[in-house]
Amino acid sequence: MRNSTKLIILAVVAIICILLYGFYDIKGGFDYAFPRRMMRVGAMIVTGFAIAYSTVVFQTITHNRILTPSVMGLDSMYEVVQTLIYFLAGSMSIWVLNQYLNFAVAIGAMVLFALFLYRFLFRADKHPIYLLLLIGMILGTLLGSLVTFLQVLIDPVEYLSLQNRLFASFSNIKVELLYIAIVILLIAFIYGYRIMGQLDVMSLGRENAINLGINYDRLVMNVLILSSVLIATSTALVGPITFFGLIVANLSYQFLVTYKHSIHILGAGLMSVIALVGGQFIVEHVFEMSTTLSVIINFIGGIYFIYLLLKESRAAG
Amino acid sequence: MIEIKGLTKKFGNKPVVEDVSVTIQPGSITSFIGPNGAGKSTLLSMVSRLLDADTGEVLLDKNDVKQWKSVEFAKRVSILKQANFINVRLTVRELISFGRYPYSKGRLTPEDEQFVEQAMDYMNLTDMQDKFLDELSGGQKQRAFIAMVIAQDTDYVLLDEPLNNLDMKHSVQIMKILRKLVDELGKTVVIVLHDINFASVYSDYIVALKNGKVVKSGPTNEIINSDALREIYDMNIPVQEQNGCRICVYFNSH
Ligand SMILES: Nc1ncnc2c1ncn2[C@@H]1O[C@H](COP(=O)(O)OP(=O)(O)OP(=O)(O)O)[C@@H](O)[C@H]1O
Ligand SMILES: [Mg+2]
Repeated sequence: MRNSTKLIILAVVAIICILLYGFYDIKGGFDYAFPRRMMRVGAMIVTGFAIAYSTVVFQTITHNRILTPSVMGLDSMYEVVQTLIYFLAGSMSIWVLNQYLNFAVAIGAMVLFALFLYRFLFRADKHPIYLLLLIGMILGTLLGSLVTFLQVLIDPVEYLSLQNRLFASFSNIKVELLYIAIVILLIAFIYGYRIMGQLDVMSLGRENAINLGINYDRLVMNVLILSSVLIATSTALVGPITFFGLIVANLSYQFLVTYKHSIHILGAGLMSVIALVGGQFIVEHVFEMSTTLSVIINFIGGIYFIYLLLKESRAAG
Repeated sequence: MIEIKGLTKKFGNKPVVEDVSVTIQPGSITSFIGPNGAGKSTLLSMVSRLLDADTGEVLLDKNDVKQWKSVEFAKRVSILKQANFINVRLTVRELISFGRYPYSKGRLTPEDEQFVEQAMDYMNLTDMQDKFLDELSGGQKQRAFIAMVIAQDTDYVLLDEPLNNLDMKHSVQIMKILRKLVDELGKTVVIVLHDINFASVYSDYIVALKNGKVVKSGPTNEIINSDALREIYDMNIPVQEQNGCRICVYFNSH
């Protein structure tokens, strides 16, 4: 089967999921429920593509298929920033009330964190992937504990407001950020159009990429920024989903055999939409909200993650 | 012209390339020889911008290689490293087509296709162009990588032990093709070789490195003699003349 055929199949399945989610069992007035559902579908599409895109490009510049921005603790950083803002400035400050300002601060901090990670972990001579993974896990836990610690210190009323902001999830999607998220994603795609070819060359490894005229350090820097902005966007919309990028990126590598990033980003993006919209449909109508999509994704993703690790270690050993 | 001036590189405290100055003669084959760990690969990496030097400079047409625009440099100088691993699944043809990236940015013109075809032809790869790299033998893979830098069509071609994994027939074939690139197309080839007989028979100049320093350099016939070779390798190597070629008989030396 050709890649274009596979992409069409994925697109058709994605559309079926969206239609199902949009129209199935609408209660309490179509005019009320339908636009709401569509807003949430929009948020899931944006999230899906943002995570797929950022994971695929991050894995290319770090030359691995297991680590992702989320696994390295990038979305925990989002929570740290939000908690710190509440802790230092309070819920009535402009840093909280102005959503765009708040979002910009979060993005800025995540970009810095990503650059820091790259500088110390990936750039210096090649560390074994398990060490990087371990450091990522430790960083994630550390940042998580920092959040808990600060939350204990915060005034209880403030804490409620913080929780409302931080705990975005699939049942509490921050649709008010949807428009800015769409703009960010569009800009990211326009920029991406210019660097797709360079990323393809990048997958030949650092040395071949430099040989073929890629300005390696600058491209890595730009992609790290791109990738952190996308993760910030998706975390702001629906909260952290650690293992999601890992699943869709690797499924795409397996399903679509090509070196072309444009195809993998599209493929992984469509798979994301299928998993998110389809998954949310199942959560709402089959499990009747007795569990959440994030829990299911992290459960499946965790198992898949272990499978990839075992496969990698067998290949290495 | 490529000029290497006072180049030094340390890893930790240990200098692995120390105050090396060499001028590469355009339109010739220059072989770098020397024992393992002498610093040959490190030197080539600095010339091709894969690695930053600590001190000293490398000039391409009088301009520091670090000042060159990446893409323009890639149209002038290509390098093939000693070992190549690739994460993605590529066919032979796809890999070779990447050689045209500096010109085509991924959208191959008919002219680019012609370069790809020719490089495949040179390296005897036309029959297996649609095979994936992981389905090839070590030597076939090595030839695919060499074809990529040939398709890149640069004035300067730097090759770090390109004969790795190759059988005698293909080694000879590749050295002949390099000779042809130099003699007919006016290209300049810099090559790291371990088999000094290939260096002796095919190169115009030889630069010998040892412990990070240039111990000998000059036209091939000045280097391929027992005295010079003893200095480089600490071995007694008899040199015999055969059909006008100097052959080093090192197999049972001490
Ligand atoms: N990244 C590195 N970090 C530390 N030491 C290094 C590094 N790269 C090379 N070296 C050291 O530098 C020295 C020269 O290495 P280089 O690869 O240039 O040798 P070479 O002449 O190409 O040898 P060979 O013939 O085995 O390929 C060696 O002693 C090696 O251990
Ligand atoms: Mg070497």
